[in-house]
Amino acid sequence: MRIALEVWRQRSPEEPGRFVRYETTEASPDMSLLELLDVINEGLVSEGEEPIAFDSDCREGICGTCGFMVNGLAHGPLQGAATCQVYLRSFRDGETLFLEPFRAHAFPLIKDLVINRSALDRIITAGGYVSVNTGNAPEANTSTIPKDLAEQAMDAAACIACGACIAACPNASAALFTGAKITHLGKLPEGQPERGRRALRMVRAAAAEGFGHCTFAGECETACPKSIPLQVITQMNHDYLAARLRGEGRATARHIEPGTPKKRR
Amino acid sequence: MHLDGKIPGGPLPQKWERRKFEYALVSPANRRKYRVLVVGTGLAGASCAATLGELGYRVECVIFHDSPRRAHSIAAQGGINAAKNYQNDGDSVQRLFQDTIKGGDYRAREGNVYRLAEVSLRIIDQCVAQGVPFAREYGGKLANRSFGGAQVSRTFYARGQTGQQLLLGAYQALLRQVQAGTVRISPRTEMLDLVVANGKARGIVARDLVTGELRTFVADAVVLATGGYGNAYFLSTYARNSNATAIWRAHRRGAYFANPCFTQIHPTCIPVSGEHQSKLTLMSESLRNDGRIWVPLRAGDERSPEQIPEAERDYYLERRYPSYGNLSPRDVASRAAKAVCDEGRGVGPSGLGVYLDFSDAIRRLGANVIAERYGNLFDMYAEITGEDPYRTPMRIYPAIHYTMGGLWVDYDLMSTIDGLFVTGEANFSDHGANRLGASALMQGLADGYFIAPLAVGSYLARAKPPAVDATHPAFEAARKDTAARIERLLSARGKRTAASFHRELGKLLWDECGMSRNREGLERALARIPEMRERFYREILIPGHGESLNRELETAGRVADYFELAELICRDALHREESCGGHFREEHQTPDGEALRDDEHFAYVAAWEWREGEPPALHKEPLVFEAAPPMQRSYK
Repeated sequence: MRIALEVWRQRSPEEPGRFVRYETTEASPDMSLLELLDVINEGLVSEGEEPIAFDSDCREGICGTCGFMVNGLAHGPLQGAATCQVYLRSFRDGETLFLEPFRAHAFPLIKDLVINRSALDRIITAGGYVSVNTGNAPEANTSTIPKDLAEQAMDAAACIACGACIAACPNASAALFTGAKITHLGKLPEGQPERGRRALRMVRAAAAEGFGHCTFAGECETACPKSIPLQVITQMNHDYLAARLRGEGRATARHIEPGTPKKRR
Repeated sequence: MHLDGKIPGGPLPQKWERRKFEYALVSPANRRKYRVLVVGTGLAGASCAATLGELGYRVECVIFHDSPRRAHSIAAQGGINAAKNYQNDGDSVQRLFQDTIKGGDYRAREGNVYRLAEVSLRIIDQCVAQGVPFAREYGGKLANRSFGGAQVSRTFYARGQTGQQLLLGAYQALLRQVQAGTVRISPRTEMLDLVVANGKARGIVARDLVTGELRTFVADAVVLATGGYGNAYFLSTYARNSNATAIWRAHRRGAYFANPCFTQIHPTCIPVSGEHQSKLTLMSESLRNDGRIWVPLRAGDERSPEQIPEAERDYYLERRYPSYGNLSPRDVASRAAKAVCDEGRGVGPSGLGVYLDFSDAIRRLGANVIAERYGNLFDMYAEITGEDPYRTPMRIYPAIHYTMGGLWVDYDLMSTIDGLFVTGEANFSDHGANRLGASALMQGLADGYFIAPLAVGSYLARAKPPAVDATHPAFEAARKDTAARIERLLSARGKRTAASFHRELGKLLWDECGMSRNREGLERALARIPEMRERFYREILIPGHGESLNRELETAGRVADYFELAELICRDALHREESCGGHFREEHQTPDGEALRDDEHFAYVAAWEWREGEPPALHKEPLVFEAAPPMQRSYK
């Protein structure tokens, strides 16, 4: 089959980028889109030209390394699939595909379709964990978790941190990503002690990275290759507000300077 | 050099307790004076780095991924074994130990394997405490399923994404330490050499993949958790970027490479569809709980599977191995698939495939139950092949999936270089000649959470490595070597991509040193590889320069190392004149085609020493079996 690609080429963040057209007749329906890029790159290299830079690793939709916009859709046209899971049988013979990087203020471009998503790691660093040292754990079956809750936690935990939700969002909000981790841990008994603190810290970290606020446009849920439900954002807002109302995160040891005289009211 | 596994004395169940007590300790206040470098943040690396950080050491992580959560442990699907015996079906530490030793075809160390089985209990506790959402029963307790090579249900799982959830647990623990200030992570940085100063591992040289800058990292101990080397075969279930450079460079600096020919071929992968294919996709072994494997009884039967009546199907695993049936271990199931395809009974366009059929299970349990158990795997299959496995049987074929071989380590996970520890798939230690399903996650986490952190601490306490910095001549020399290697690759002015050479090498390895091997083929491969390598250096072309993101350069460096490694794999396979586990030598089989081990001559670990300009030297570590005496491995 014939497929034409219009690919965003940008050598570095400092230089301007542009779309470059590549046409190929080597495509076949059982070839994945990334394999088509591999084939095009082999051709470019053998002519001494720089290949198209794009990220990918597992190529089975679980590592979250790959991801770019295909015809304006994050990860391309299929619901519940990452870019590496898109096969050419999803396109028409003779179709032109526009490939461009995920764009967001907090995702600086590195080269061509490669971006820096370390902001997502920093959101997790702010509190996306259960504080338990190796060796602290009690016998596993002492905690009882209703199947339903475990399944809901798993639905949220399936996030692969690809960044599609952010690329698809008109506000470049990281609410789905942040909400997914808050929901995953917040549903489980092990996550309860830090639930409020976690929500406060992660939400603040996302804002500090330059991600926008959520206005419930809902684009993220559609773009998500793991179909993480919008409810995780509701849960995030709930946990965040509840923590604010409870005054969490303000507790510091009361320190009274020795020699301070009593204050009479 | 005499290879001492340093296995503690005493009866098996007390060895680990005894060793833990023997370990020297570093007091909490002194730990922050030591810097430990951990390369790789898969299960074995992230868990180790996080635990060392919690203990108070200063930890530096170097990874080529953009985030620690991308490591390929994330793709493990089916589960993790632990001898919890929650199902009351007769499991125990002793039984997990026995299954693993037997599954490994008696080529693993008893002491290590017993410890692994023991520690498995605590891994599940730790992961649950971290919030890993394991599958649950309606009563809220942990669920289990069965895996190959075992007659008990001891596998814990999180849908078909167990590796992902365990890795996220370790990743979160790691980032918690970043927040605490004990761990620093350098992403998009690839290790290109190990630095050995005064006989001790003291750091690495790495390339910043974005700027191309060569960086040196200095440490008091180095932990390699960089995974297996199966990508030498090009087509495999490994991630695209998984590579052997870190362990290969360590090998060239003095770490012995053990049992390189022990490669695992997984029976249930989606068959190759064309020349352009970049990788193979695994379909979890857990599918064999409910799926039945068959081929047509008659060779050349081209009817579609639905048209072939029951009586004309050959459920060959159930027929040949009635007691384990479809849950026979991986090496056995893979060879059986190859055998029926060799007879011309393979299915699909290439004839290299067998059916994995769920129609019985769907009739028995309903499509909903099957969807709940394997939904994401079925979806993945449908996406890749365009076929619906709920209606028509899956087609599967074996593919390279894991490497049991790796850098030689002693009981304390230390290689033959002082201060160089190797964890997870990168080492050789626990799986012998064949790994059982759901045991890789177990080993990675056992090494990372519970073993390496103690062993590293004890090493630091005893060795008290003197201060060195990056101006030490060993660092200077390693930096220079690395720069020269990069320069050599960049200066070639050919026309071919590194990937095209990789494909060529992979095909050779798969043909001559894949599912079955023979002397003639191995000698052929050993003659061709050096010739191919020479052409590689002459004919490749790497556009662009070294001072920026350059994927072609990254690939070329990895492929250059695969050539040397491939030679060692074949050499090891040639020398091991027996069949065991994943290593099947056609010359050594029983009349009915089963592997024929030679315990008299080959009950040892083959550890290879790199020698510049001459063939590697073989060192043998004899294996002693007391608790699990070797027997003919039968799953009949």
